[in-house]
Amino acid sequence: MSQSNSILWSFDVDGKNFDSAGFASQSTKFKLRQLGLNGDIIKRVAIAMYEGEINMVIHAEGGVANVEVDEDKIIITLTDTGKGIADIEQAMREGFSTATEEIRDLGFGAGMGLPNMKKNSDELIIDSAVGKGTKVTMIFAI
Amino acid sequence: MKAKELADKLGLKVFCGDCECEITGYYVGDLLSWVMGRADEGNCWITIMNNLNVCAVAKLLSFSCVVLCEKVLPDEKLLEKAKAQNITLLGSDDAVFATCKAICDLNC
Repeated sequence: MSQSNSILWSFDVDGKNFDSAGFASQSTKFKLRQLGLNGDIIKRVAIAMYEGEINMVIHAEGGVANVEVDEDKIIITLTDTGKGIADIEQAMREGFSTATEEIRDLGFGAGMGLPNMKKNSDELIIDSAVGKGTKVTMIFAI
Repeated sequence: MKAKELADKLGLKVFCGDCECEITGYYVGDLLSWVMGRADEGNCWITIMNNLNVCAVAKLLSFSCVVLCEKVLPDEKLLEKAKAQNITLLGSDDAVFATCKAICDLNC
């Protein structure tokens, strides 16, 4: 439940558009810096959020990225209505990727996206249903 | 060393940027997520990737500069974005290994 003193913002992530990918995470990095958070947490949030954004661009038709900053934590929620993840355990494995050759040519598809999100956040919760979409929640303790 | 000094000493092309950032380390890689997971702030990033996403990664990790090797030119969108975000984008005619060796020779 959001507390009254939390700060919220959100972005629409455009699917299949690599030109705008990174906008949400870069804007969030800038806002967190304005809020005076330390460099380490900003870097972790920015990396994890960019990975999430890219996943939404590659695998879903975009979605919504919500950021909530409380006194003691940052919560990033990435929601899409894409194809979903069939096997989350497999998707979490470093090196596993279902990205196409075209996506790999852009420098993605290393199978590091979800592992990077897990590594950089304090808590990662993935809720996914095949054919319906995915909701990724990342929590960062301040 | 500032990016400008690196560019001068190695004869690198300056595609854009003020070259004023201090290089605090180096990282080599082309897979963006891999780079993001391992490189550090202030790094000079050596790569052959030349698309727009290079900008996002360079900005998110606050790299000091990016060196495109093998005579690779930044694509139009990357150059435009890098200029807008004041990212120092350099170019080397040499392969990645030779570029890294030249940097190591400078630092030894």
